[in-house]
Amino acid sequence: MKVSTQWLADYISLDNVKAEELAEQITRAGIEIDVIENRNKGVSNVVVGYVKSKEKHPDADKLNVCIVDAGQGEDLQIVCGAKNVDAGQKVPVALVGAVMPGGLEIKKAKLRGVASHGMICSAKELGLNEKLLPKEQQEGILVLPEDTQIGTPIEEVLGLDDQVLEFDLTPNRSDCLSMIGAAYEVSAILRRDVNLPNPEKDLVEITNFAKNHISVNIVDTDYCSHYAARYITGVKIAPSPLWMQNRLMAAGVRPINNIVDITNYVMLEYGQPLHAFDADRLANGHIEVRLAKEGETLVTLDGQERKLTPQMLVITDGVKPVALAGVMGGANSEVSENTVNILLESAKFDGGTVRRTSRQLGLRSEASLRFEKEVDPQSVIPALNRAAALIAKLAGGAVHQGIVESVNEQAKDRVIELSMDKLNAYLGTNLTTLEVKSIFARLHFKCAETTDRVIEVRVPTRRGDITQDVDLIEEIARLYGYDNIPTTAIEGPTTPGAYTKSQFLRREIRTLLTHGGWQEVISYSFTHPKQTETFTSLADGSRPVKLAMPMSEDRSVLRTSIIPQLIEIALYNINRKQEDLALFEIGSVFATDEEVLTKQPQEVPVLSLLLTGNRTEKQWNVTAEKVDFFDLKGALESVFQYLGLSNQITYEANAPAGYHPGRSASIYLHTAAGKQFIGTIGQLHPQLQQEYSINDTYVAELKLAPIYDHTDKHIVYRELPRFPAVERDIAVVVARDVEAGALMDTIREAAGEWLESVKVFDVYTGSKLGEDKKSIAIALVYRHKERTFTDEEITALHDKVVASLEQTFNAELRK
Amino acid sequence: MKERLESLKSEALAQLKDVSDPQTLNDLRVKYLGKKGALTEILRGMGALSAEERPIIGQVANEVRSAIEQIIDEKQQFFLQQETEKRLQAEKVDVTLPGRPLRQGGVHPLNKVIGEIEEIFLGMGYRVAEGPEVEMDYYNFEALNLPKNHPARDMQDSFYITEELLMRTHTSPVQVRTMEAMKGEVPVKVICPGKVYRRDDDDATHSFQFNQIEGLVIGKNIRMSDLKGTLQQFVQEMFGPKTQIRLRPSFFPFTEPSAEVDVTCVQCGGDGCRMCKHTGWLEILGCGMVQPKVLEMGGYDPQEYSGFAFGMGVERIAILKYGIDDIRHFYSNDMRFLKQFARL
Repeated sequence: MKVSTQWLADYISLDNVKAEELAEQITRAGIEIDVIENRNKGVSNVVVGYVKSKEKHPDADKLNVCIVDAGQGEDLQIVCGAKNVDAGQKVPVALVGAVMPGGLEIKKAKLRGVASHGMICSAKELGLNEKLLPKEQQEGILVLPEDTQIGTPIEEVLGLDDQVLEFDLTPNRSDCLSMIGAAYEVSAILRRDVNLPNPEKDLVEITNFAKNHISVNIVDTDYCSHYAARYITGVKIAPSPLWMQNRLMAAGVRPINNIVDITNYVMLEYGQPLHAFDADRLANGHIEVRLAKEGETLVTLDGQERKLTPQMLVITDGVKPVALAGVMGGANSEVSENTVNILLESAKFDGGTVRRTSRQLGLRSEASLRFEKEVDPQSVIPALNRAAALIAKLAGGAVHQGIVESVNEQAKDRVIELSMDKLNAYLGTNLTTLEVKSIFARLHFKCAETTDRVIEVRVPTRRGDITQDVDLIEEIARLYGYDNIPTTAIEGPTTPGAYTKSQFLRREIRTLLTHGGWQEVISYSFTHPKQTETFTSLADGSRPVKLAMPMSEDRSVLRTSIIPQLIEIALYNINRKQEDLALFEIGSVFATDEEVLTKQPQEVPVLSLLLTGNRTEKQWNVTAEKVDFFDLKGALESVFQYLGLSNQITYEANAPAGYHPGRSASIYLHTAAGKQFIGTIGQLHPQLQQEYSINDTYVAELKLAPIYDHTDKHIVYRELPRFPAVERDIAVVVARDVEAGALMDTIREAAGEWLESVKVFDVYTGSKLGEDKKSIAIALVYRHKERTFTDEEITALHDKVVASLEQTFNAELRK
Repeated sequence: MKERLESLKSEALAQLKDVSDPQTLNDLRVKYLGKKGALTEILRGMGALSAEERPIIGQVANEVRSAIEQIIDEKQQFFLQQETEKRLQAEKVDVTLPGRPLRQGGVHPLNKVIGEIEEIFLGMGYRVAEGPEVEMDYYNFEALNLPKNHPARDMQDSFYITEELLMRTHTSPVQVRTMEAMKGEVPVKVICPGKVYRRDDDDATHSFQFNQIEGLVIGKNIRMSDLKGTLQQFVQEMFGPKTQIRLRPSFFPFTEPSAEVDVTCVQCGGDGCRMCKHTGWLEILGCGMVQPKVLEMGGYDPQEYSGFAFGMGVERIAILKYGIDDIRHFYSNDMRFLKQFARL
């Protein structure tokens, strides 16, 4: 809401208050004012002049030579290029020495040989906002009303000595969508009285009764609690007076004609939207308020045909819809140049209905903006009378006697009890009843003290946002000053602060990885549908979750895996010469089985990793080496090791979608409940790498919930060994497709409880062995808990191991 | 014989004195003290001596031997030391060459800030609560006193999935879920960090995805002055002990009274600079006393309990803390950006 301080001063004295100070005080009391607009964009030395004569320039077709009386003692000769300039006009004249907005200085000049002492100005040249200019002022020079005084500074005529405060209103303060509301707010802040218009007194009615000409009927009473109308005849459509145009422009509203301008002016003044119908275009002067019927249409004032639905409230004349209630009028009953008789509407429409209609049609107006937030029911009649009085005064209308109305609900002030004890306990203050009552007095809320420490507050209907005692407490707090509320510590029992297990573990994993050289990233949860097609989601569900109204296709579904995002991040960095990357993200992935969601989708926290480029950066003592599958696997192993899960994790060769079929695995977690799949690791499929034009890249994605669930922080100490260990190595040649994991399992089983550790220390393939063979060298450590092994025992045990390998894998012992 | 021994001694000592390499030293040792050496040679003649002379000559011979041995030992020590020094000299490294680096990773700056904030509140006795990012309309709006068609829903245009499901627009639904989970128990003291989503065109200061941290406290006799005290403590730990707060009345449907909170500018300390647009203040969070309707919907009797809530944007705090110029940096994940935060 743009609040002109000049206009505001009609209702409250702003003497000795600078606009900046006022803005600061209003802001500190709860309505933010970020912008103070000066209506004067830098005009000085421009005055009203009278064009005495106009003659064609002798040497230029498009120029005129005007003699202008600008009250300067002698007449000025000014060369003017505007088409519309003419003798007999009052116009703004920039005198020699004048400065225009933008810094242009007016000097004596010769135009094609003719001397020119000043400039006749257009509205635009005076710094008025082009978008807000009435049609007749958009081109050529600004022609002022005939009764404008010659020599008057133009700032005065156009109301440019005005500062406009932009009220950035929170949704609850729709009371300040009006000048009067703003005046009440400022009154509470400055502790000065308000002085409101008195339309009942100003309005003069003719003796002819309105009810003989118009009638009003609310059919669907749930959506309109009050509809009031006046009948005004004999109006003369013309531009509205300059003072009104100035104020409308200050408020950001474009002047149209006197009738429309008056309805807008009163809307800005009272916050009550009004509508003027051309009464002669309504069938029988009848108004009916009802829900629209299926299939009905209406061409609104903006020329668009609107399809109406039965949820929308319309005004009809009993035959056809003539307006969308509270949103916009219809073209079929619009006030035009030829309008003579009007029906003036002032009503209270249901906010929710207006909001829905306006949303459905994508049509917002100053009126709908106000109705949506519920207008003050007690403004319906004063605003109607105010507009009628102005129409009588400024458009020559004859206001017929009486208001024709239909009322379903009488508006009443709300009475709320406020306990002083609660107030002070709530704020932590020690306010007295007297202090509190004086703040309510500033707000113009009437109070009565019922019992000892309870105040009964009568809240005027204009403050529809105040419905509970806490709302009153806020009013007290904001006017008492938040700064004056003390600063205290919470009383009562202390509580221990702690992370949950999963929060703790998430932090630990993050820390471990970053210390191991991994960089954490955060990507967007929204992605392109294509990005959900490559990798299988760890979230249970076959479909991605789609946004109903995405901002772009690129961000139209929820990610089903983080891996595509990590690839994008890798590419982004590779393009910027950051090629050695170890990235991870901890975040959620989403999926569903439902085509149309009836419940929340699967939202699964995962850990995703991506590794590409070199393991180490090349320097004098380090050679650059490419990363491989085992660098990534090693990282996962250290995570599992740290979490104490190493012995419960297995990797099984697999070829999941998107992965290199020979270099990928499924990861399983083994628990008492059995084996469960928790994720995937591997190289990106070479074809995919080619599509992305990325070098060898390794990725992994793990479900975190099962890892969190089965991690146990409890450490059980094992006694240090007291007897020596015996180390034996074995090298066997086996078929190439025999997995090391299987060999180890067999060894563990054969060796039994005294095998302390088993480790692969060499894998060799070569033509010497034969194409389909490989050699694996394994180091075994045996140790007995209670005594030293004898040579015979070890040999027997070790032979058993060798035999089992020979038997199971047809292994050949290398000597 | 005594004379021969004496002259052997002086000859040997003279020769040994000038020895400059271990090899010559060894040769001289063999020459004089070896099994076939000069001393042995002389002592062979001992048999011809009288019984009186023998011990005297024996003593002289021992003296000669130990004098030669001593100087050989000294020389040997010297050569050993010389050799060690030479070796150490040869092993010298250029200490100005770079070491073998440990690969450095880092936490994303947003999680770094979230972590810091969490730690401050953990220290103040808060727990951390989390909730789903795809949220039900009920938790995101209705239970927070934002019924359907409430005008305040415009403040945060949302990404809906269906009519009843949407990407949460704030972390406040976690407050409601926490209240439900607590089943009316007090005190409730939680902070709720997480990602939120709003329909905003991305630019230097807006991102459709961002992070919030909310706080909620419910108990008996929780006052607005407690809220001020809590926030004061928080900002001083976060931004330094001189930081002050300023509350401005505002509006949120889920709190009443509500306030926006400014802190003294982290850049200029309140004197006024470009960052704070010369006001000395920076807006960092919104807060208020929990709206009684919200308490009631969460299962707390507003006659008996009261509470406060606050919420802040993590990106905003990170931007202020580090002086970052564009919110989009957080999501482009440029290593040149991220690496700047990969440290303490």
